[in-house]
Amino acid sequence: MIAEAGLAALWLAAALAVLQFVLAFFGLVEGGAPELTRAVRPVAVVQAVLVALALALLILCFLNSDMSVKLVYTDSHSAKPFIYKFAGTWGNHEGSMLLWVAILGVAGAAVALFERSLDHATHIATLGAQAVISFGFYAFLLFSSNPFARLDPAPPEGQGLNPLLQDPGLAFHPPTLYIGYVGMSVAFSFAVGALVTRKVDPAFARAMRPWVLGAWIFLTLGITAGSYWAYYVLGWGGWWFWDPVENASLMPWLAATALLHSVTVLATRDGLRAWTVMLAVVAFSMSMVGTFLVRSGILTSVHAFAVDPQRGNFILALLVIYIGGALALFAVRVGSVREGARFDAVSREGALVLNNLLLSTILGIVLIGTLYPLIVEAVTGEKLSVGPPFFNATAGPLALLLVVVMAAGPVMRWRRENGLAVLRRLAVPIAIGVVALVAVLVAAPGLHPLPLLGLVLAIGVGAASLAPLWGRNLRRTPLFTYGMVLAHLGCAVSLAGMACDSAFLKETLVAAKIGETEHVGPFAVKFEGIDPIAGPNWTALEATMTATRLGWSGDPLILSPQARMYSAPATETSQSAIATLWDGHLYLVLGKQQDDGRWQLRMWWKPFVTLIWAGGAMIAMGGALALLGRTWRSLIMARRKDAGA
Amino acid sequence: MKRFWLWVPVSVFALLAGIFVSQLRHPSGNTIPSHWVGHPMPQFDLPAAASSRPALSFANLADGKPKLLNIFASWCIPCASEAAVLADLKKQGVEVDGIALRDTRSDLDQFLARNGNPYTHIGGDVSSSVAIALGSTGVPESYIIDGKGIVRKQYIGELSPEDVPALVAEIRAAQ
Repeated sequence: MIAEAGLAALWLAAALAVLQFVLAFFGLVEGGAPELTRAVRPVAVVQAVLVALALALLILCFLNSDMSVKLVYTDSHSAKPFIYKFAGTWGNHEGSMLLWVAILGVAGAAVALFERSLDHATHIATLGAQAVISFGFYAFLLFSSNPFARLDPAPPEGQGLNPLLQDPGLAFHPPTLYIGYVGMSVAFSFAVGALVTRKVDPAFARAMRPWVLGAWIFLTLGITAGSYWAYYVLGWGGWWFWDPVENASLMPWLAATALLHSVTVLATRDGLRAWTVMLAVVAFSMSMVGTFLVRSGILTSVHAFAVDPQRGNFILALLVIYIGGALALFAVRVGSVREGARFDAVSREGALVLNNLLLSTILGIVLIGTLYPLIVEAVTGEKLSVGPPFFNATAGPLALLLVVVMAAGPVMRWRRENGLAVLRRLAVPIAIGVVALVAVLVAAPGLHPLPLLGLVLAIGVGAASLAPLWGRNLRRTPLFTYGMVLAHLGCAVSLAGMACDSAFLKETLVAAKIGETEHVGPFAVKFEGIDPIAGPNWTALEATMTATRLGWSGDPLILSPQARMYSAPATETSQSAIATLWDGHLYLVLGKQQDDGRWQLRMWWKPFVTLIWAGGAMIAMGGALALLGRTWRSLIMARRKDAGA
Repeated sequence: MKRFWLWVPVSVFALLAGIFVSQLRHPSGNTIPSHWVGHPMPQFDLPAAASSRPALSFANLADGKPKLLNIFASWCIPCASEAAVLADLKKQGVEVDGIALRDTRSDLDQFLARNGNPYTHIGGDVSSSVAIALGSTGVPESYIIDGKGIVRKQYIGELSPEDVPALVAEIRAAQ
């Protein structure tokens, strides 16, 4: 019954999406009935309630381990711990698509309920566009990926969830990433709405900004969480693999970051009108392209989902309609959008344009690198893969240039700026950077240029990111300025972590006998023993290792990496053991036992690697502060306006 | 001129969509064109790895009958779950020969007793020399070899039950 109720809710939500579009269309079209638009917002809210209900009912099926539901049978097991039954709902194609549309519906409802500053026609056009997107994805679920399909007779037990997914990361990473992905649909719908009504102006930018900011915060969190999850669960010791799915999440983030900055130019200075609309379309398009690449199986990746060509065709059709439609609308309409205000090349706008160009170029590089194997295969039939060397060599230097611009931009004035004055304002950070360069060259000679530059820039830019606060009354500084400072500082912190990890990483690969001591970086690691242990749905061999830091007297660290065997499905995984210290990670992985009785051990000392994710969290926190500050200010403005009226 | 630029994004996207369509029409499977495809297997002569099966040499592979060569090991978990697929192939008349990689006789005998033994010959590649000569990427891995010892196809990773009909057809075609 629960599954049927869920399916019914999904069908009803799809019908309401059609209604929402029809009402918006006939309400706005010339010679239509404007009173119809009054119903659009309530319909959007009810649609969201229904799709959220469908998701809740699917979660209930998973919690009940109802094996007569095909999806529960293929992806769950009654012996699985509660949290993974719950999160396992979206650990598969159908469930994750349902989560996707549920967030899409709720985002639409949020726009219907809370958006106050947009003019009525653009607001309704935005909700109409959102309804079209929702409808396409409802159709996708209902016709090619029904999550509520039944099995008759019901099997007694499920096949279980991929052990790599049986991790707290599953409860956190997909939902945050999806909120980010799908939140971008709001910006997309805003852009389409504004193209329909031809109202691309600062008011539009101010209305769109909090939604972009909100989606961007979640995207940042989702990527940071995903990176950390891959880092500890895969046991490869890396934090970014340039895997197509990682790139699929990075591309919308790059576009969204560019959009976040260009929307500020539009809101404050009425410049970059067409460009901002373009970026709003691109950001969500990248989310959809990412979804398509992962679900259609045309690229191979660690995130493989059950592949079905029909699904690929369906998403591709949606992609063509939405992205093609929006870009065509852009081509037809944006010419009639009046050109915005002009500005000098050396100015805050100039710096933001450079930021946008660099971000877009990096986006282009990642897109080409991700799709190049596909293009080559389509043309020559040869298979190849583009690995980290390509991305690091091309995107790396541009990213370093980008952080330099990031340091200078916030201390520049709008419209016109004197380059020398900027240098004077940045004199202290530049001096700190030079000192850091000399210090690093002396302390660690022979570093590769990229990590060296990264480390020095991280220190200099970290100092420069605080510059907007110097000489200001800190109590009167608006919250969103603090947000910007924190986010930029986060970029520097993250960059410092990346540079330290690639510059000072120490790796040891050994085959060790019990009782032996091996060395990695500043640690002596003693292999104390191996014991069998058992968990709820796995058994494991657990090694006990004690690590002592050289020249450090105190209790040794105890680490217990495991080689796990899951029973359903039968799979081996290695559970790394990570000791987090103030200055980095000691990372141990237990491998196979060799014929001679020795155990393969991989050990890494990764100095300051934690800064990568700490920086990511700071970036998201900065975004949250900015969002809070902006919302607070607009609430106060609205109250003043009411009081004055 | 300005109008022209406005159509660039949509044109770029149309190109991308075209590539996606062509990729969806010709999905790429997990068969990777090996450099050995079309060439004879390297000459080798491996000792018997298991107590119950004879040794394997190049001459056994080039005896006029097409067969499936499976590189496996008792320490490899996917190989255990692949055993059912191999048993199914044998039932359908496919001759399966095996190369056990870096294995010991007692481990291998236990593995075969537990998971079934579809192999006609099993050669023991203790030093990985044949695996290296073949450019094998790991275990399990399977090759279709025709009666003259020429490699027709390479499958990387575990064979799944869905692959069986295609494999049987491939072997028949290699006659």
